[in-house]
Amino acid sequence: MQQTATRSRRSRPEPFEVRASVAERLGLPYLDPLLLFSAVGLMAFSIFVLAQATLDDVPGDPYFFVERQAIYAGLGILALIAMTRIDYSRFRELRVGIYTFMCVSITAVFFFGFAARGSRRAFDLPFFSFQPSELGKLLLALALAGFVIDGARRGSERRRTLRYLALGLAPAGLVFLQPDLGTSLVFGVVTLGVLFVAGVRWSHFALIGTGIAVSIALVLVVAPAAGTPILKGYQEERLTSFLHPTEDPGDAGYQQNQAKIAIGSGQKTGRGDQATQTRLDFVPERHTDFIFAVVGERYGFMGAAFVLSLYALLIWRALRIVTLSKNLYGTLVAGGIVSMLLFQVFVNVGMALGIMPITGIPLPLMSYGGSSVIATMLAVGVLQSIYMQARLSQKGRFAW
Amino acid sequence: MYLRSDERRPQMTTGFALRVAVLGGISVALFAVIFFRLWFLQVLSGDEYLAEANNNRTREVRVLPPRGEILDRDGELLVSNRTSLALQVDVEELPSDLRQRRLELARIGRLIGLSLTEIRHTMREELIVDRTSPVTLKSNVPHELVYYFAENGDRFPGVTVEPVFVRRYPQGTLAAHLFGTVGEINPGQLRQARNRGIEPGFIIGQDGVEYSYDQFLRGTAGSTRIQVDSLGNTLGELNRVEPEPGDNLRLTIDSDVQAAGEAALGGTGLYGGFVAMDVDDGAIIGMGSTPSFDPADLIEPTQAEVETLYQDESAPLLNRAIAGLYPTGSTFKPITSVAALASGAVTPEEIIYDDGAFDLGGGNIIGNAGGAAYGSIAMEYALQVSSDVYYYTLGDRMSDGQALQRWARRLGIGRETGIDLPSEAEGLLPTPRWRERLYRQDLTDRPWSSGDNVNLSVGQGDLQANPLQMAVAYATIANGGEVPTPHVGLRIEDAAGRLVQEVAPPPARTIPIDPVWRNVILDGLHAAAQSPGGTSYNVFGGFDVPVAGKTGTAERPPYGDQSWYVVLAPYPNPEIVVAVTAEQGGFGADTAAPIAATILSEYFGGVDADPVGGASAPD
Repeated sequence: MQQTATRSRRSRPEPFEVRASVAERLGLPYLDPLLLFSAVGLMAFSIFVLAQATLDDVPGDPYFFVERQAIYAGLGILALIAMTRIDYSRFRELRVGIYTFMCVSITAVFFFGFAARGSRRAFDLPFFSFQPSELGKLLLALALAGFVIDGARRGSERRRTLRYLALGLAPAGLVFLQPDLGTSLVFGVVTLGVLFVAGVRWSHFALIGTGIAVSIALVLVVAPAAGTPILKGYQEERLTSFLHPTEDPGDAGYQQNQAKIAIGSGQKTGRGDQATQTRLDFVPERHTDFIFAVVGERYGFMGAAFVLSLYALLIWRALRIVTLSKNLYGTLVAGGIVSMLLFQVFVNVGMALGIMPITGIPLPLMSYGGSSVIATMLAVGVLQSIYMQARLSQKGRFAW
Repeated sequence: MYLRSDERRPQMTTGFALRVAVLGGISVALFAVIFFRLWFLQVLSGDEYLAEANNNRTREVRVLPPRGEILDRDGELLVSNRTSLALQVDVEELPSDLRQRRLELARIGRLIGLSLTEIRHTMREELIVDRTSPVTLKSNVPHELVYYFAENGDRFPGVTVEPVFVRRYPQGTLAAHLFGTVGEINPGQLRQARNRGIEPGFIIGQDGVEYSYDQFLRGTAGSTRIQVDSLGNTLGELNRVEPEPGDNLRLTIDSDVQAAGEAALGGTGLYGGFVAMDVDDGAIIGMGSTPSFDPADLIEPTQAEVETLYQDESAPLLNRAIAGLYPTGSTFKPITSVAALASGAVTPEEIIYDDGAFDLGGGNIIGNAGGAAYGSIAMEYALQVSSDVYYYTLGDRMSDGQALQRWARRLGIGRETGIDLPSEAEGLLPTPRWRERLYRQDLTDRPWSSGDNVNLSVGQGDLQANPLQMAVAYATIANGGEVPTPHVGLRIEDAAGRLVQEVAPPPARTIPIDPVWRNVILDGLHAAAQSPGGTSYNVFGGFDVPVAGKTGTAERPPYGDQSWYVVLAPYPNPEIVVAVTAEQGGFGADTAAPIAATILSEYFGGVDADPVGGASAPD
């Protein structure tokens, strides 16, 4: 009798047998599929481009950059998944810690970082060199959004605006001193993006805009004329060279002109392996800052438009997440990230097209480099987390 | 106005919606700018840019690295580099009109002292190897010519003066025979496995340690990609891969010992060679050969220098210490001793009666040098006085078998020592089989006889050996049976002095040498050098360090007697062996032994080397 009872208990069907699939456990069904597609697609295309364009770059190791970029991409995907497991709202409570860590790590580079081309930006870790300012862009968005919400009921609007500007411009100044002009501009843009979405008065924005215009004039025209240049000579040259291309190799304007020739010569369908501009050292930094020139020359308008479409998809989904967020914190963070991605894409591609100055900003997810790829994937992970939380908390209100 | 912050989702207020719309609008605008610009560049003006890209030409220019430096044991510089200005002609930039080209080459030839035929010959040879690189017509161009070419550049299209690295020898002729030369790789060498990856025009070691350690010394070529216009004019540098200098080579040579040996041997005015070697690991402390030469003369020899260096009968380039072919005379006797003791032909104590004459049979009587007779003697005393009759007897006893040849070969006679220098000679160890073959081929008048073995037992007859082989044989006896592999390389270092690789070749082989044999031979050699009545007592009797050494005086018709001395020190546990030979030097004690004494004196830090004096013993 007892035996039978045991058997019957065993064979009874479990009423609530929950066996989550692997995809379920990773949270994949709750992610924004188009956002994920565009990010992974860009990284995959980056590896594809590097595999074709950097075969001869490292003697004896044709897949030097490909292997490393693939590993960074893998790590980036892991970082994204990890980020979606976290409720991003926790970062709001950690804002002071995040902000402190960001400033300390950027400052530490001055003491422990290694110098490359006259600039200290990164730590030399065993596997790759970690550049704190790349991660810092995301950390600034997370921290600054927290500060904005925290200070919601204190002080006049003008004082608040000034305070947030100061909080954003302090790390930007540190990065500027490394010196890394491009990345410090991204910090400024993240600050403006968060403040814009947070609803800073239009009049304040008009003032900020005037301030930017005046400081550009000061830095580029008045200060050199007065004999106290703020920028280093090469920085100034790079910033202004797109206005007057030259013939001298080694000159920034020359390089930009060569990048323009590279892209133009790609025509509609690209030159494929006939590419010369980006193969024979006419265009420098072809695997990092000027990778868009490689795309333009090798794959032509079709390839370049394909890459830009993926970025458009990325930005569109990110903007959409700004509006979907379950709380204001998520909205502000997403606003900061959107501004960051948009600015970087536009400045980098514009640089290759000869309509923006050379500032050394990597093309997100395309340029070779561990810090940039992983930090950008973390940012996309935060966007996904915002999306997921919104979806989980307001299931009934949206038509998905 | 800041949005209201609460934990709930912000309402889609008009203000918020407007801001998101503005952000979206900016995005659309920026993407539109990029798309239009892209369209303009690639679709509307693509043809122009493609034409510009096709007009962009590059040329890759190889940059040769400086070769590694060569230092002595203590880090003193022996071979380094200097830059020299070389006149080069780029064939692609010469006038395409053949008559004008010929005129220009003739003008160049008049300035640098070469005929048109010579120039064409050089160019043809170099262009076979490498079709694209400029041809070097002359290195070491004097400055006034450089200025002349610079000022008249338009009259000499395609001519450039480039700095190239040339070897420099700060110590002059010191150790000249060890270094060897460097030179451009030739088509045959390009196919060799050891030169894999080297491009035409690269400089490689052609002889000496420059050859043996070339893979470390040579470095890696760099390259510069320069942009040129469609006419080939240089516009600027696009990319530069710096050449990697070669690693430095530290030799086992001690410059002071080397200099002392060269001075002593050179002072006699005779041709010959010397070797000073570590008994245990085979490290060469000094090695020299006379007549010598200035290695700098080999860089770009004049016609007169070519004649003296390469064609003179004195053969100054020949390293007699490793490539000399000489009978060794009595210095061979320790080798005969080992063979006789090992094969049981004699025991250390056995008394053999030396009446001053040995009957070879058939009425052929041979005796001791100087007609001496030593009476009843055992091995130790036979070595001390260098009794020929005693060793004739041993040679005769071993003439039925192969014991003498087998042990001589084990000790390194008649074979290469494996030293890290090319061009060592293996010499000749006469064997019955060798002579029978010559006889069958009618190259000699008689077959092998026991007399050949009797001759060999005292280092005479057909035997041919060099000082290095004798040093190795003596070292093997002294260290108890390990045949050292001699080497002049000590270690490879990078430019900062960090160790890249240690040179420590393992012993060539180990042979069973009974300590009893070793001791009786060393005792005999010690007595020969430092006991009254010993063959070199007049040289080493007063030497402050106990030594064990053997004289040799070899008949070498049609020349005068070959003088030999091989010495181990300090006795009874030697660390160094010195072997010296001098052509037509007479008695070993007269010429070779004093040179060995000078070398040892320097090695032991200037000990008293005053000879006891008196007449040299014949042996």
